Amino acid sequence: MNFPVKTKTDFKVVGTRVARPDGVEKVTGRALYGADFSVPGMLTGRVLRSPHAHARIKSIDTSAAEALPGVKAVVTAADFGVPEDMSLRDVQDNCMARDKALYDGHAIAAVAATDAETARAALKLIKVDYEVLPHVTDVDAAMAADAPVVQQDRADESVPEGSGPNVTNFFEFGHGDLDAGFARADLILERSFRTEATHQGYIEPHACLANMSADRGELWCCTQGQFLVRELCAGIMQMDASQLRVTASEIGGGFGGKTTVFIEPVALALSRKSGRPVKMVMTRDEIFRATGPTISSSMDIKIGMTKDGRITAAAAKLRYQGGAFPCETVSFGAQAAFAAYDLEAVRSLGWNTLANRPKQAAYRAPGAPVSIYAVESVVDELCQELKLDPLEVRLLNAARDGTKASYGPTFDQIGLVATLEAAKAHPHYAAPLGKNQGRGLSCGFWFNFGGNTCVSLNINNDGTVGVTEGNPDIGGSRASITMMAAEELGIPYEKVRTVITDTNSLGHNDVTDGSRVTFAVGLATIKAARAAIEVMCARVAKIWGIDEDAVAWEDGYAKPSGPNAGNFDPMSLAEIAAIASETGGPIAGHHEVNAEGAGVSFGVHLADVEVDPETGATKVVRYTVFQDAGKAVHPDYVEGQMQGGSVQGIGWALNEEYIYGEDGRLQNAGFLDYRIPVASDLPMIDTVILEIPNPGHPYGVRGVGETSIVPPLAALSNAVSRAAGIRLHELPMSPPKILKAMMSKD
Amino acid sequence: MKKIHVSTTVNGDEIEFICPPGETLLDALRDRVGLKGAKEGCGTGDCGACTVEMNGEIVCSCLVLGAEAEGAKIKTVEGMTTGDRLHTLQQVFIDHAALQCGICTPGILVAAETLLERNPDPSETEIRYWLAGNLCRCTGYDKIIRAVQIAAAEMRGA
Repeated sequence: MNFPVKTKTDFKVVGTRVARPDGVEKVTGRALYGADFSVPGMLTGRVLRSPHAHARIKSIDTSAAEALPGVKAVVTAADFGVPEDMSLRDVQDNCMARDKALYDGHAIAAVAATDAETARAALKLIKVDYEVLPHVTDVDAAMAADAPVVQQDRADESVPEGSGPNVTNFFEFGHGDLDAGFARADLILERSFRTEATHQGYIEPHACLANMSADRGELWCCTQGQFLVRELCAGIMQMDASQLRVTASEIGGGFGGKTTVFIEPVALALSRKSGRPVKMVMTRDEIFRATGPTISSSMDIKIGMTKDGRITAAAAKLRYQGGAFPCETVSFGAQAAFAAYDLEAVRSLGWNTLANRPKQAAYRAPGAPVSIYAVESVVDELCQELKLDPLEVRLLNAARDGTKASYGPTFDQIGLVATLEAAKAHPHYAAPLGKNQGRGLSCGFWFNFGGNTCVSLNINNDGTVGVTEGNPDIGGSRASITMMAAEELGIPYEKVRTVITDTNSLGHNDVTDGSRVTFAVGLATIKAARAAIEVMCARVAKIWGIDEDAVAWEDGYAKPSGPNAGNFDPMSLAEIAAIASETGGPIAGHHEVNAEGAGVSFGVHLADVEVDPETGATKVVRYTVFQDAGKAVHPDYVEGQMQGGSVQGIGWALNEEYIYGEDGRLQNAGFLDYRIPVASDLPMIDTVILEIPNPGHPYGVRGVGETSIVPPLAALSNAVSRAAGIRLHELPMSPPKILKAMMSKD
Repeated sequence: MKKIHVSTTVNGDEIEFICPPGETLLDALRDRVGLKGAKEGCGTGDCGACTVEMNGEIVCSCLVLGAEAEGAKIKTVEGMTTGDRLHTLQQVFIDHAALQCGICTPGILVAAETLLERNPDPSETEIRYWLAGNLCRCTGYDKIIRAVQIAAAEMRGA
């Protein structure tokens, strides 16, 4: 069989806006999320957390808690082993502190009791003797040579000699002669930036239900990757992966924050110790203090430009703090910083430092939003100084097909120029602005990822189809996977049902991250469908008594093909399925792949803001997103990714920040004080989808989930600059900061 | 502490349950009545995922005690359907992709239904302020606001 790459006009299902298969359950309240599952005899688990930013744990006395009626188990780090693998040890130590509490909210002990009230009472009976240690939460302070040491000897071999004791990783990317490049510039700007940590802010708390009996375990949890949860938990619990079945619930948002474990190993340990099922649900306070946040950063950017707008050289020094454990997110930031530009001379350096903050977790394009914010701010300031149109300058310097990217590879088919041209042609770019209003723009970039993927596709006897995949559906991917199966097989969307299965029903699948699911699971689904088609064609060839090569698949039918095939009535998938037992048994296709060719993604955002000169408050009045999606499988959900990511970026730019006190404790661990955008803060988010096919996917699909969070930070900063006549070099641009800058300008 | 006996009406059904005095209405609905549609996102009344209607007013059920439901009329997302027929808002939310992960959807649907009962033709701004207490982290609200507008038009027969 020969399977051609589909072109835009060929699609029947892909590209339509069908109803998602899980819609009814979700609008009726019947969909089961992490906290919605229960079993008989279940206990409630709760965690005791450190009130100190940094403290040695001298002793823990759990005897009074254990003696409380209703308490069935108490665990501390002493109930876990010490994994040899350092990254696994870090995961475990983050779930339950060993020797030292490394941040405010670090888990110290946990209790399982017959109800939540008893569990809470038991936590108060646990006596922890702490030796409080000096702490550090600020990124620049943490980098210093005399900073309090968060963990000893965690620097890897990349770290230059003479770095501070908390520096764990160093990265360097780029090419060309910087000095020569800067010498050619008419204007060189050097600016320093700082950004605070933000949280993914998923509305669904982490929740799980663990049931251990002897050496076997069942775990139900909300996660972006049940296979990773199994790997981490089996490692921590020192059990065989085959004996731990992990089932992912419906997931109430993740954005990268549910790509690791927090309470899952604790619940398993409590269940093993108590001999009972244990359910744990985190409170919002725990989520803010102990999960998620992004890096905070301190960055220096230097860019040179000629009078006519050509960038001659660009350099970035990025310092990220990724919490109390080693973190490589700065590597992504350093690689992404200048990805939108075709540069002769470019260099980006990145350092990661430990600090007494929660372990950084991925958040949508991790590392890229802040480095690109800094770069796009300096490019905009250069445009202002040189009186150049910021969009024309982007076009002049844009990375194109064949550009050697600042991080190494040469770009294949990319959509940046098309995206910029679309923005230039859009009415938004030329629309008049009102008083106190300004317009900003920014490019954004994300690498995208493919990864390990495994899909089974079964042809049912009645001619319907079941697809089994292993990636939690975080934003409508079940619809797009179902659509691609229907497209390839040539049957209606309604005839296919896709389920996301547990860890014992399919081979390994990487986490739902890197904007990989519609790309990689889609690719595996298409290839699984092709495998099933090959089987069906072979069965039909046998019935017709002709060569397998003489049977072709078209629009859901096997047909004779070629000059010598003969005349036979086409057989539909349903007809072939109905007699499968007489032609060789059940028909299925499957595909296993470590998918490459994900295809990078670029976006351009236009933002109009109005800054209130009395209060410094910024209101977004118009917002348009332009993004290369490759083939948009389900345009509604592509738009949804573009809109949702944009608004998360708007929150990052204007409101959201982790605020630590002098005592090293988080001061705003709740949605009241950590304010994410609400409906009344926003205008409609207009979207323009560009479809530059990704050659690495049979339908041209590329990931769309992450790029959209990248541009808003600089787009808004650039817009504020033009609206208020001030340039902030710090996020978030909260009203007091803007007001202060406006007043000091006057 | 002694538990409290509560008689109440949930989605038109007479319900009785026994709960501790400190238990929230949200926990009572989820764990005693068995209706898991209302979600706990924060437990402090900031996210609106637990929104239910109580005596005609929308409330964060995490801020109401189960005991306060005595004699009250409660409506949850599970009460929006008529048999197997979805409420217009529910159908429009599916048809126009107004949900991604869906965790905020039950609360938003209950709040939007109450809005449309009071104001069948709300402006975009009115919808945005009415739903300002319901956090959604996935959608950026665009498709939610549009879905409420479309549902309102359909319900008006427009």
